[in-house]
Amino acid sequence: MSATSARPSPAAQPSGSAFILKKALISALVALVLFSLMIGVRTEAGPQGGLIYWTRFGDLAALVATVFGGSIVVELLRQWWGPVDKDSIVPKPVQSAISFAGRWLAPALLVFTFLVPVIFYNQRYILDLSILVLTYVMLGWGLNVVVGLAGLLDLGYVAFYAVGAYSYALLATNFGLSFWVCLPLAGILAAFWGVLLGFPVLRLRGDYLAIVTLAFGEIIRLVIINWQSLTGGPNGVSGIPRPTMFGIPLTPGDDGLAAKLGIEFSPTHRLVFLFYLILAMALLTNWVTIRLRRLPIGRAWEALREDEVACRALGINTTTTKLTAFATGAMFGGLAGAFFATRQGFISPESFTFQESALVLAIVVLGGMGSQLGVALAALAMIGGFELFRGLDQYRMLVFGIAMVLLMIWRPRGLIGHRAPTVFLERNQAISSDLVKEGHG
Amino acid sequence: MDYFAQQLINGLVLGSIYGLIAIGYTMVYGIVGMINFAHGDIFMIGGFIALISFLVLVSLGLTAIPLILLIVLLVSMAITALYGWTIERIAYRPLRHSFRLAPMLSAIGMSFVLTNFSQVSQGARVKPVPPIITGGYTLHEGSEGFAVQLSNVQIMVVLATIVVLALFTWLVSRTRLGRDMRACEQDQTMAALLGVDVDRTISMTFVIGAALAAVAGMMYLLYYGLVDFFMGFVAGIKAFTAAVLGGIGSLPGAMLGGLAIGLIETFWSAYFSVEYKDVAAFSILIVVLIFMPTGLLGRPEVEKV
Repeated sequence: MSATSARPSPAAQPSGSAFILKKALISALVALVLFSLMIGVRTEAGPQGGLIYWTRFGDLAALVATVFGGSIVVELLRQWWGPVDKDSIVPKPVQSAISFAGRWLAPALLVFTFLVPVIFYNQRYILDLSILVLTYVMLGWGLNVVVGLAGLLDLGYVAFYAVGAYSYALLATNFGLSFWVCLPLAGILAAFWGVLLGFPVLRLRGDYLAIVTLAFGEIIRLVIINWQSLTGGPNGVSGIPRPTMFGIPLTPGDDGLAAKLGIEFSPTHRLVFLFYLILAMALLTNWVTIRLRRLPIGRAWEALREDEVACRALGINTTTTKLTAFATGAMFGGLAGAFFATRQGFISPESFTFQESALVLAIVVLGGMGSQLGVALAALAMIGGFELFRGLDQYRMLVFGIAMVLLMIWRPRGLIGHRAPTVFLERNQAISSDLVKEGHG
Repeated sequence: MDYFAQQLINGLVLGSIYGLIAIGYTMVYGIVGMINFAHGDIFMIGGFIALISFLVLVSLGLTAIPLILLIVLLVSMAITALYGWTIERIAYRPLRHSFRLAPMLSAIGMSFVLTNFSQVSQGARVKPVPPIITGGYTLHEGSEGFAVQLSNVQIMVVLATIVVLALFTWLVSRTRLGRDMRACEQDQTMAALLGVDVDRTISMTFVIGAALAAVAGMMYLLYYGLVDFFMGFVAGIKAFTAAVLGGIGSLPGAMLGGLAIGLIETFWSAYFSVEYKDVAAFSILIVVLIFMPTGLLGRPEVEKV
């Protein structure tokens, strides 16, 4: 902790038990007022339609006591830890260890992922869960193009996911097109919608952009709910055909894959196929993103993220740069949506709420905005964490919200929070002082 | 014509509620420069606290309706204001100088916390209340049997909005606190150098915004006779739309935008379709931002390089 002691110490914080006790008392008092009515009194619509209520002072007392105790513990920890230096949260040796592990983590993770269906062949639950995680990894990588690379905050990403899912569902159920024909179509349609959203928001930045994309996502959802003749409204679309392995259905019938290969049919075959399908799609997303980053357009995205004005001054066409970012991100969202529809066999507007957008965005931000590996790890942590709390059911979203706030406070730039540009000068170039003299440029 | 007049009244009442919420958005945006995403949920909490305190007061044996309403208003404003203060303290203050997206995401997280907190603590079902203020006036008896009604609740909502707004305008333009707030909005560093306690002023901004949202929550409860844990989300986006439409950062603009959104939404559902009224409100947000990014009364934003 030599780094921290070298810094000028901030204004001397009063310490001692009296101070801690006072702080805890204030916290407890605030908690008492906040929760007095919301926790202390429980209302419910009575049997006759009127409202009835009953008191829960026991719960209230327990909660206030928890806040009191919790704030003492937090304050003690804070004093024991000393003044927190943002840079030294992770000590230097640990950082270098992480960077060493980081070099091997991605290939190791990839190999492990390839082996998941082999290792867990008999555990349907784990296969299902890993398909879900990979779907979110793909969504995260797709949104990463928009948020992480181009720096455009998109709160309505789920709209493209919905467009992709409904494109496949409607084309397949109405026209009988196969999954492999619909998949590119879903991607193209979603990209088209991305451009459509991109046009009006070209001039917006930051928070305004966030709200407009949020509104766009809600509009898409509301239209899906209300356009009953096309989308089935709140009832959704059911009977979406399962994917075939390039025309060979994964069914127990005579023309099924199992019969053709001469092995015994098992429903797990389809799961394994879906697993490798989404893995391939996610890896495609990753590969395209990595390739694009090295192309001029990818560099333009990163430049746009850092400084839009400078970008324009350098002659980069910000319009096409933004539109391509939106279209690329939307296309991957649409592809993931088509996969979602074929995996579920049933889709309804309920799957495309703002919560999903926030979840994907949280994955991207937690992953460090721009780091491919970080996004994958964040998706694993988030979806895995969600599953851990499945037993808590109604507390799940509460825990998710608290975790999001705490993570933002703890690490605003995500777990792997670097924003290294893909291209940079090898060494600083010496510039003669008479070139940078004031007034001369 | 009668139908139109009736919709005009309904729209103005709805617009008053949106306007009160929109002020909270526009104030916070003006000073801190962030969208307080959790503000819609503060409005929802205000509605819940009004409902619960009303129930408690009635069961304690109070019968004088005006007295009850006054106490409910004060209690819900006070407690909701404390919610606003706590949220700023926990979720936004540590991130004030952090990078751009951090407070926004923290606010989204806080919005989830509030929504699910009230779902967990008060249950997911809609909470209806019997009409508390009844009666009204018939303004005009139409020839086809359609009468233009003005109910007492509507009068009360509009009156309360006007009184609260007058108080609020006085607070911002005449008091020390209001001067501090305006100073912080222009230049926080300079204000701090001149002895303004910036942290305290920002806290007070959240407190006042939350108190106004509580008034809106109570009016919503009285007018529609129900609250539920999810009402904050849509109301919040619409109020934000109102703030943007009026020009974000401008206080009269927020009220004006609120009235406009209320009227548009009411007329849209009256003459076109009820199902697409939210789509209409959100489309307006997009259209306004394309053609008039500074809103009706906003100042154009100059970017310094």
